[in-house]
Amino acid sequence: MQEFLSAILLSSGYNTALVCIGAAILGAASGAIGVFILLRKRSLVSDAVSHATLPGVVLAFILGEILWGYGRSLPFILAGAAFSSMLGVMAVDAIKTHTRLTEDTAIGTVLSTFFALGMVLLTIVQSMSIAGQAGLEGFLLGATSGMLFSEAVTIAVASMIVGIAIVLRMKEFTLLCFDENFAASSGYNVKWLDRSLLILLVSVVVIGLKTVGLVLIVALAIIPPVAARFWTERVPVLVGISATIGALGSYIGAAISSTAPSLPTGGIIVLILFFLFLVSLLLSPVRGVLAAYIRHRRFQKIVHTRQGLLTIANGQPILEPLTRKLMIKNSYMCGDGRVTDYGFSVAQKMARDQELWNRFKELDPEAAHSLQDWSLRPIEEVLPYDVVSELETGLKPHTV
Amino acid sequence: MRMGGQKARLVAQQGEPVSAYNPDDNPFHVSGLTVAYHNKPVLWNVSYTAPKGQLTAIIGPNGAGKSTFLKAALGLIPRLSGETQVFGQPVKTALNKIAYVPQRSAVDWDFPATALDVVLMGLYGKVGWFRWPGKSHRQKAKKALQAVGMEAFANRQIGQLSGGQQQRVFLARSLAQDAEVYLMDEPFSGVDAATEKAIVEVLRQLVEADKTVLVVHHDLETVNDYYSNILMLNGQYIASGPVETAFTAQNLQKAYGGRLASTQLEGLKAKSC
Repeated sequence: MQEFLSAILLSSGYNTALVCIGAAILGAASGAIGVFILLRKRSLVSDAVSHATLPGVVLAFILGEILWGYGRSLPFILAGAAFSSMLGVMAVDAIKTHTRLTEDTAIGTVLSTFFALGMVLLTIVQSMSIAGQAGLEGFLLGATSGMLFSEAVTIAVASMIVGIAIVLRMKEFTLLCFDENFAASSGYNVKWLDRSLLILLVSVVVIGLKTVGLVLIVALAIIPPVAARFWTERVPVLVGISATIGALGSYIGAAISSTAPSLPTGGIIVLILFFLFLVSLLLSPVRGVLAAYIRHRRFQKIVHTRQGLLTIANGQPILEPLTRKLMIKNSYMCGDGRVTDYGFSVAQKMARDQELWNRFKELDPEAAHSLQDWSLRPIEEVLPYDVVSELETGLKPHTV
Repeated sequence: MRMGGQKARLVAQQGEPVSAYNPDDNPFHVSGLTVAYHNKPVLWNVSYTAPKGQLTAIIGPNGAGKSTFLKAALGLIPRLSGETQVFGQPVKTALNKIAYVPQRSAVDWDFPATALDVVLMGLYGKVGWFRWPGKSHRQKAKKALQAVGMEAFANRQIGQLSGGQQQRVFLARSLAQDAEVYLMDEPFSGVDAATEKAIVEVLRQLVEADKTVLVVHHDLETVNDYYSNILMLNGQYIASGPVETAFTAQNLQKAYGGRLASTQLEGLKAKSC
């Protein structure tokens, strides 16, 4: 615990601090790009992108060994990963456009084939007993423990560049995700926009390989935006929250992993992201499950109370259990079903209110239609005073 | 349409026959448009010139290629052949003169955006790269929302709007574009009566401002009331022109075949002059 605290407070060594900060920037960048992948409904593509990096990683390692006798150069391996991942994306696109197969089928095929190729190559490399090949496994599930200072800097700087690119193109990406036909009709090159979105995604995936690993990096682009979606209804805010969630999850995950080097960093980060997702799903006041339930119950109570009072005003008995309960709770009714004097007077008021609402709807159906809480709140609270008094003068004298 | 002296000289210099119509006057001219899905033609060799400053309905049975016509003419979907000219320019370089209103069902309305956000999208092209819409753009977007009676809903999430209100937001977005040619894909589909009235009013105002408006329209009953011109399609060009001369029982029979009940035809015939 002590170790974890010092890691999270950036006080357990320069290297650990940099790894944590690098991971946080990476998490922010992938959270931001993930928003547009989510809104473009292409979350699965990121899975193909990440799995397709493996053959590139291993081949780059082999090439490095042959050329310089040193295969572990991170930039070189990442370049290889980016190359094979782009090939994977192009394969998916080619299958989708030139055959009648759907995108998910294409993704399934490409993803497994590239990953299979990567695994075979990896096994071959491991059997060749080259020094330094042990680190390659780290690309599968992520490992920050042996990370060099220069590697951490590379990750931090590259993530930052990608993040800035996303923010600069946010407007165009938003348009692309909402309505691509409209984007094309207003002169945007939709194909190119789509491609630049994918290039940014590939960049994030490749940068994150070392930290999170290729099996789980996809979660870094999917979970933060999905969690963030519970909190807001605006794209710029969504990007901000998603980036924050991604950064937070990656930062804490990297800090934990630095104190327990035997645990896979990627796995820890994803578990923390999932926890943040769960919190958002349950507790967000905007789209959260709990808030939705409470809103629904409140709405139900309003409807039942109103209906109960209108039933009383009509002199009819109340049979519905919830309505009955509400009537008794508000002292409109005694436990034995007798209506109290107070209940009668409130019911009269409610009946009149309903009559005004009905009249309003009759006179101006369009306005009534556009009012969200038509007839659920007292009319004086919703409509301006003069409109209500006009409605009242038009009302026939109230006869009981 | 007569051409002005200067334009005539220009055309003559290019070696075009001077007696021909001046293409610069044509807001929307499509020639030889052919579209196919999987080697099956959906639209066959359609040539059409939209009358300037008129409200034109594009009508035809289901699968006649009405929406395809608009999309292909704009280059949104691949075409086998044909081209579109907007005031004599290739459509690709003249998209800023065009406002396109897609079908409402073409987008996911559970998108994190407000009504105002969507209308602002119509101004993105004018905002420029790497910049965000400013106060003047917001003002303009609000004005467009006002024109369709939606100013009270500017900050409502679009998923919480009714179908008719969503359609009005789409319409407001096209108004914000401030175009010369308006192409609308079934703006009346699935909207309430009040919205239908509001849309018709907006269309009339556009025509009054000398804009050219083409609307894919489904309801034959209202063609006479709403539009001055029609373009009738059925996989290919059937007829076009003023409603009085082109919207005839004979043409309808040609486009719809047996699909149009004879009683319906009689009713339409009775209405036409």
